[in-house]
Amino acid sequence: MTPPDPGPGPLLEVKGLRKYFPIRKGVFRKVLGHVRAVDDVSFSLDRSETLALVGESGCGKTTTSRCILRALSPTQGRILFRTGEGAVVDVARLPKSQLRPLRRQMQMIFQDPFSSLNPRKTLLDIVGEPLLVNGMRSRRERAERVAELLRLVGLRPEYMRRFPHAFSGGQRQRIGIARALALNPSLVVADEPVSALDVSVQAQILNLMVDLQAQLGLTYLFVAHDLSVVKHVSDRVAVMYVGKIVELAPTERLFDAPRHPYTEALLSAVPKPDPRLRAQRIVLQGEVADPANPPSGCYFHPRCPYAVPICRTERPRLEAVAPGHLVSCHRARELSLRGVGA
Amino acid sequence: MWWRFRRHKLAMVGSVVVLLFYGVVLFADFFAYAAPTASEAQRSLLPPQPLHWLDGGFRPHVYGFSGRRDPVTLKRVYTPDPAKKIPVRFFARGFEYRLLGLIPADRHLVGVEGAAAEETLFLLGTDEQGRDLWSRLMYGTRTSLTIGLLGVTISLVLGVLLGGVSGFCGGGFDTVIQRVIEILRSIPTIPLWLGLAAALPSSWTVGQVYFAITLIISLIGWTELARVVRGRFLSLREEEFVMAAELAGSSQARIILTHLVPSFSSHIIAATTLALPAMIISETSLSFLGLGLRPPAVSWGVLLQQAQNVQALAISPWLLTPAIPVIVVILAFNFMGDGLRDAADPYGH
Amino acid sequence: MPTDGRPILEVRELRTYFFPEEGTVKAVDGASFEVFPGRTLGIVGESGCGKSVTAKSILRIVERPGRIVGGAIHLRREGGTDPAATIDLATLDPAGLEIRHIRGGDIALVFQEPMTSFSPVHSIGNQMVEMIRVHTRLDKAAARERAVEMLRLVGIPRPDRRIDEYAFQLSGGLRQRAMIALALSCHPRILIADEPTTALDVTTQAQILDLLRHLQAQERMAVVLITHNLGVVAEMCDEVVVMYLGRVVERGPVDAIFHAPKHPYTRALLRSIPSIRASVRTKLPTIAGSIPHPYNRPPGCPFHPRCPDVIRGVCDRSEPGPRPVGPGQTASCFLYEESP
Repeated sequence: MTPPDPGPGPLLEVKGLRKYFPIRKGVFRKVLGHVRAVDDVSFSLDRSETLALVGESGCGKTTTSRCILRALSPTQGRILFRTGEGAVVDVARLPKSQLRPLRRQMQMIFQDPFSSLNPRKTLLDIVGEPLLVNGMRSRRERAERVAELLRLVGLRPEYMRRFPHAFSGGQRQRIGIARALALNPSLVVADEPVSALDVSVQAQILNLMVDLQAQLGLTYLFVAHDLSVVKHVSDRVAVMYVGKIVELAPTERLFDAPRHPYTEALLSAVPKPDPRLRAQRIVLQGEVADPANPPSGCYFHPRCPYAVPICRTERPRLEAVAPGHLVSCHRARELSLRGVGA
Repeated sequence: MWWRFRRHKLAMVGSVVVLLFYGVVLFADFFAYAAPTASEAQRSLLPPQPLHWLDGGFRPHVYGFSGRRDPVTLKRVYTPDPAKKIPVRFFARGFEYRLLGLIPADRHLVGVEGAAAEETLFLLGTDEQGRDLWSRLMYGTRTSLTIGLLGVTISLVLGVLLGGVSGFCGGGFDTVIQRVIEILRSIPTIPLWLGLAAALPSSWTVGQVYFAITLIISLIGWTELARVVRGRFLSLREEEFVMAAELAGSSQARIILTHLVPSFSSHIIAATTLALPAMIISETSLSFLGLGLRPPAVSWGVLLQQAQNVQALAISPWLLTPAIPVIVVILAFNFMGDGLRDAADPYGH
Repeated sequence: MPTDGRPILEVRELRTYFFPEEGTVKAVDGASFEVFPGRTLGIVGESGCGKSVTAKSILRIVERPGRIVGGAIHLRREGGTDPAATIDLATLDPAGLEIRHIRGGDIALVFQEPMTSFSPVHSIGNQMVEMIRVHTRLDKAAARERAVEMLRLVGIPRPDRRIDEYAFQLSGGLRQRAMIALALSCHPRILIADEPTTALDVTTQAQILDLLRHLQAQERMAVVLITHNLGVVAEMCDEVVVMYLGRVVERGPVDAIFHAPKHPYTRALLRSIPSIRASVRTKLPTIAGSIPHPYNRPPGCPFHPRCPDVIRGVCDRSEPGPRPVGPGQTASCFLYEESP
């Protein structure tokens, strides 16, 4: 069941990833400018690890994940993926024709459990499609594997002849997970896998994902906006703002001792389910910067309560403030910011 | 989808009516009892003969008649003769034909078998040349409804193909096809048809004209279908299951054939059903204006052409009867299409 | 406004059912609660619990095939000579003059998706001016002045320019602010906010919640906050109503609900929500199964198939009514003996 050992080194290494979308206008579709959806993003992902990409809408977290899967072609940068055979390939430069063998090893769990399952197909067809197109021709063999996968995600194999509409949101998300696991991928990109679910089912799916990771040695890139969800599943967290990573740290460290003012504000903005903790929140002023026309210097400076003149003029670099803790802030070393106590 | 359609009562009625009409299309020869071109000057503009069912037991019959010309108005006046009973039989022998074009037969639904030549049946009366309107209506139905079907098939192929290319490839293809559609739709249809129909060589046979007219009609029809297909393609392409299939390694062809096409086939069926009446109306109006099929071909439009003249209409109102099937069939198609569309809509509860 | 102990809005045994062709859906089945001036009531629950239908029932904007089949919605009349006089909204003609005056005038509504609440063909200002003029005697210029003032109040920069913009020209956060300005432009006594921050990012959500709290204190209105987010409830509300499948399962003061929950559903829900304060990578306790479809509502207590404390033979037979379980706190559960 576990994917073959690809040898030492990170499973995925993203270096200087950029994705610009042109803004076109007029009859001749003249390019007027670019939306810098992802702007120089670098990180690496070890085997059996969960890295969470968090941020608010438009921060580029989804675009980053789609570039890694090559659902979008990156504008610039390298995406180095270690295949099951131990070779390292640059996903960003691979021609489309060579993507197929790679796609067995990277799969995706989608956000919307309704739109992600074709309503006209049975579970056998949905979960079995990756098997079929990757060469498992025998229907009986496929049915056996699908039954195995359904059991794995906590669904009864007898359900495989049913259509998705017979299932609740949580069950549909399990079906989506079964499909993602059909080809024994090593990397699973989960794009907001629980944000469309009811609170009482979110926990079930999160637990399932954690269990499957332990069982199958999966590596997750977990894209989410909900920091409380992230805390339950990830080993490390990368916070994105306007196309850039502003802070990347082990989960515990990021929540307890954030070093970037945006992370602090984000943590403090999450409503805590305890009326006795109605703390003074840091309420950020203004709006998220426009990625087509970002501000000078640090993109966060117009909203930052700690901004100093240098923030307006100079763009900070993502630098380590402690082992494994990267922050992109001029004042990262001097500020003492508030996290959330356990 | 089927059970949802079944609950739509009006649509069910519509479908039954449509089926009946296509039954007539298949067996027009059987339902008619006179050859569509058999004419007799002695019986021109005969009013419908009322059918009497009983004559001491179930013995359907019509009365004979005698005709003479009114010396003042020069109009032929017919007087029924109740003494002369012409028996009407079911499954009577009549003129010979080939059933479905294959099996030689001579049985007809009704007829006046073996009777003398002047003992004939005119359920809906006759036209100016003394041809039986009922029989002509049966043959007209065949022509008009098959033209609709053929036209829709051509439009469907064109529409799905071009709409699909437009929606799936996008970019330059899409722009060009959309502009072509806009141009085609912006030309007023009647003058366009006029021009095209006028361009048909008069030396063409009935069959050639028939196909040419079908093509002309479908030229406009496909644009609507292409738009439907393109719209479905565009919205389906955004669905996450399409991306999931792509990530699973499915080829473009597989995604189109197994994910996209089945997802909008029901919409296509509904759109087609709604396009059919438009086709039928187009043919009827073209022929009515004398631009479509021309005699000796028989279609609803050709039949109605005789009712163009107000004078003729005042004297012999039965010439207008071909309008009834036109209305009935159009309504039936529309009800059926509405029902199909509602049933195909996954969001209609 | 100090609470004089009398609710401004009192909902009693509200039942709103939907009658589609497939059968009956009991969207709201016997909901009772009170709303006090100057305080915030939270109605919390997951999908299908009937929280939004409750709000729509109060304003009498339930779409067909739904309708109120039972219960009463008593709104206390404003000022007047007899302060005890109330009007039962459940009996009003949903298209009548009276309810139209109450909508927007006495009770205003803020939706989840502000984009659909604004007309795309009228500027924000025009819609606000129209709303103000329907409910007050102000002339056009004065109404516009009030609209600008409201936009400034909700923190929209350069309100005198923004007033002539259209909803689609604003960002999500500004749009929600404009929606609140529209809702408050006639100084309603009750504001119903249906998932007002669900479509927004956390930092924007914090801004909007802050704004709501600030405005409530300033306008001294009652707020009914409908949400699925327990964090938002904990931060904003004074009293909480927990709903499950159309039934109020528990209600009480916010502190009791979060620190001494009594109903098994409330308890399980609170345990199962991912928390930012949890330790890293801990497994969450879960609620077994999923929410049943409203058509297949289980008999007896609607929660019994998922309930860890189910009493066989009792919970699946009859529906429990609310029983007092603490000061101002009731739970609809057979675990708690009916008080004599």
